[in-house]
Amino acid sequence: MKIIILGAGQVGGTLAENLANERNDITVIDTDAERLRELGDRLDIGTVRGMGCYPAVLKNAGAEDADMLIAVTNSDEVNMIACQVAYSLFRTPSKIARIRTAHYTSRSDKLFNENALPIDVIISPEQVVTDYIKRLIEHPGALQVVNFAGGRVQLVAVRAYYGGPLVGNELRELRKHMPNVDTRVAAIFRRGRPIIPEGNTVIEADDEVFFIAAKNDIRAVMSELRRLEHNYKRILIAGGGNIGYRLAKSIQHRYNVKVLERSPGRAEWLGEKLHQTVVLQGLATDRDELLKANIENTDVFCALTNDDEANIMASLLAKRLGARKVMTLISNPAYVDLVQGHDIDIAISPQQSTIGSLLSHVRRGDVVNVYSLRRGAAEAIEAIAHGDSKSSKVVGRAVEDIDLPEGTTIGAIVRGEKVLIAHDDVVIEPDDHVILFLIDKRRTRDVEKLFQVGFTFF
Amino acid sequence: MHFALISKILGLLLVVFSFTMMPPVAVSYWYQEGSEGPFLVSFVITLLLGLALWLPFFKHKEELQTRDGFLVVTLFWSVLGLIGALPLYISNDVPVGFTDAVFESMSGLTTTGATILSGIDFLPKSILFYRQQLQWLGGMGVVVLAVAILPMLGVGGMQLYKAEIPGPMKDAKLTPRIAETAKALWLLYLFITVACAVLYWAAGMTIFDAICHSFSTVATGGFSTHDASMAYWDNPWIDWTATLFILIGGVNFALHFAVWRGRSLIAYILDPEFRFFMTLFLLYTGLITVGLLAFEVDVTADDALRHSAFQVASFSTGTGLTSTNAAAWPGFIPYLLIFTSFIGGCAGSTGGGMKAVRAALVFHHSVRELRRLIYPNGIFALRFGRHSVPDRVLQAVWGFVGVYITLSVIFTLLFTMTGMDLTTAVSAVAASLNNLGVGIGQVGGGFANITDSAKWMMTVLMVAGRLEVFTLLVLFTPMFWRQ
Repeated sequence: MKIIILGAGQVGGTLAENLANERNDITVIDTDAERLRELGDRLDIGTVRGMGCYPAVLKNAGAEDADMLIAVTNSDEVNMIACQVAYSLFRTPSKIARIRTAHYTSRSDKLFNENALPIDVIISPEQVVTDYIKRLIEHPGALQVVNFAGGRVQLVAVRAYYGGPLVGNELRELRKHMPNVDTRVAAIFRRGRPIIPEGNTVIEADDEVFFIAAKNDIRAVMSELRRLEHNYKRILIAGGGNIGYRLAKSIQHRYNVKVLERSPGRAEWLGEKLHQTVVLQGLATDRDELLKANIENTDVFCALTNDDEANIMASLLAKRLGARKVMTLISNPAYVDLVQGHDIDIAISPQQSTIGSLLSHVRRGDVVNVYSLRRGAAEAIEAIAHGDSKSSKVVGRAVEDIDLPEGTTIGAIVRGEKVLIAHDDVVIEPDDHVILFLIDKRRTRDVEKLFQVGFTFF
Repeated sequence: MHFALISKILGLLLVVFSFTMMPPVAVSYWYQEGSEGPFLVSFVITLLLGLALWLPFFKHKEELQTRDGFLVVTLFWSVLGLIGALPLYISNDVPVGFTDAVFESMSGLTTTGATILSGIDFLPKSILFYRQQLQWLGGMGVVVLAVAILPMLGVGGMQLYKAEIPGPMKDAKLTPRIAETAKALWLLYLFITVACAVLYWAAGMTIFDAICHSFSTVATGGFSTHDASMAYWDNPWIDWTATLFILIGGVNFALHFAVWRGRSLIAYILDPEFRFFMTLFLLYTGLITVGLLAFEVDVTADDALRHSAFQVASFSTGTGLTSTNAAAWPGFIPYLLIFTSFIGGCAGSTGGGMKAVRAALVFHHSVRELRRLIYPNGIFALRFGRHSVPDRVLQAVWGFVGVYITLSVIFTLLFTMTGMDLTTAVSAVAASLNNLGVGIGQVGGGFANITDSAKWMMTVLMVAGRLEVFTLLVLFTPMFWRQ
């Protein structure tokens, strides 16, 4: 697929990296020559310097035969105009734009259609990251929670601890422990190495376990793997930027939320907008400020400023001062491995969470959802099975008979409203949503092929 | 340095290259010469050597770094020069020793076209074809070919591509993917070669000669299947066809690609390097035509124009085919021809020399310095075409030109130490470093009679010239080897 990416920033760069590895023709446009050169040296992509919404620049980047335009520059307006230009001049089939401000997105039904601004998909990384953090807060103890089939099924990553009833036992025990709850363990990562779970696999303490279950069963399964944590009550958010504000706004009615913001102006603004939230003005890396915010009784401390180093330092400090759980926004992937799992409980990579929502539009086959897991090494995919038993490699077959690529497991199947956990004898029907877990992202293409309708009888 | 990875890639490249021994075998069968033996032996040796380097590291996975790229490319060219000498060395039809075989093979591969053979007309056709084929493979670049057909090189392909492709702006890709770029270049190259062969054949060559000469023309090589080179035919149609295709080979293939894709010749006119290259071509041709008419009495204006255009095209791109005995031309003309080869063809072409774009930039830069003398506070952007040139590129160009000239002077002196006179030494440097391949003075009739040490020096210069000096030179810096 020929894809043009506007903006070589964090999202654009990570996107280019992910897509170029999947054998697409990628051209990145940016005004910053230095950033383009750095990207071009590292990746097998084309680069064009210039303003991304100018027709000549787009043409230079090959817009005439591009299949997709992804506009992720800093400016909403440039992104919108670029999509308009691509549509009007080059008839680019799919156009994806990052629109940040709610002033536009709140009117998206009228604004973004063929007659007005022709943008097919709007992505808002801040919203994606906010949702991501919100889910983590709703599931105490989870490292990562992703939604499938509109939230009916969830994939949850947790770290197993001593004290969980299942820890030290074989996986098949799970059924005996909980006869009423259906779940499937999709993968286990032990000291960073993936293990494909079998019935006789023994879960050890400190394993990172990915399991799939219906939304209502998540808590029960988690209780098997670790001592259940109480629901969180007191949340302290450091950084009242876009993400901090959105998060506070969406959880303030259910939790006791405080926001710590450095800039007085912004803090004032937050105070006006957030009625049920306590807004404090001060530096999150300041010990006294944290103490004043009652850090020792805080359940979750979220460091969400746009500065990685400040986030990390504030989180370490908060943890030392008694915060029960710290979640930290970290853009630089190199830092994530450094800090996650030690003093920082959960490191959140904004690129990785955003990338999934974009990948689902690029993938072949009918792929509804793609989630990047374990910093992009693994992946969870929700694909729709089409065709019949003759033309499809999955429809009409039992889960155990499907020729899955190595390191891939089917976790669950969503049929209409019903959620079926994928046991070996479940037979896949047309239009089922199949949820797969890939230990190795490089197998993605094989999975795509599996779900493309073939013409085997010719 | 990732030696396991380098060995793996080198082995893989050799395995691929071993199959280029097959076409000469086919030629030998076609003409029933029974001369396929050396090629089959070389095929087996190359294949085994390649497998020996490749298989131990079959599963090795690492990213190729910029540094490794230089080493892989230089090693590959050196090893290929040696391996390519095998059939010539083994064959009983070609009475050459080891030095001569390597010289001939490297001369072919680097599209130099300097030969130590004489009596070429009587050699087996398979050997003749093999020499031409070496040039053709070297023309667009064996590494570029490998990048095109071996997708597993991935990002590393870009490092290799950059180390081999000539010209100062190496980051320019035609398509987002380097493998696609390499493929496009080779397809274009193939297409132009076929067109050239068809026209040669239409102009009166045999099919065998047409194919062989299309190889050496488009690759701006210089080997011929006849001792007399193109003068063998003395046919205006053939000469003008050759002039045209030598010029096409000497123009940036990225430019050809843009024309091909845009379906409009306007891209040629807009390209500043092309204009510079063609201006020089017309200037030299006019000068030499006038010179010929002035100094020689028994030549018609038609012939003077034809021969001077042919010679200028051939010399200024570092091809080395000749349509007449140009070394015997009067006065300044042979010297002028030799010096045209220093500027050479365009960047990204198959031509040799310093490349027209560098000469143009140096020229523009000098003009700017002159202007600055007049307006010390003036700001003069250095524009090349519609874009201004970044200082980084300019510095790289000056660095290159400095090293190139220094190298020429040093080797001119070294050549005189082997017993050449000054004219011969300068022309030997031009013949090898600029990949020109023809000489004047004592080497006017070929390079068979120079000393072995001079042959080895020329062999090294050929590789240096083909890889634009720096790729080779960087291996001799201590910093390169430091971890």
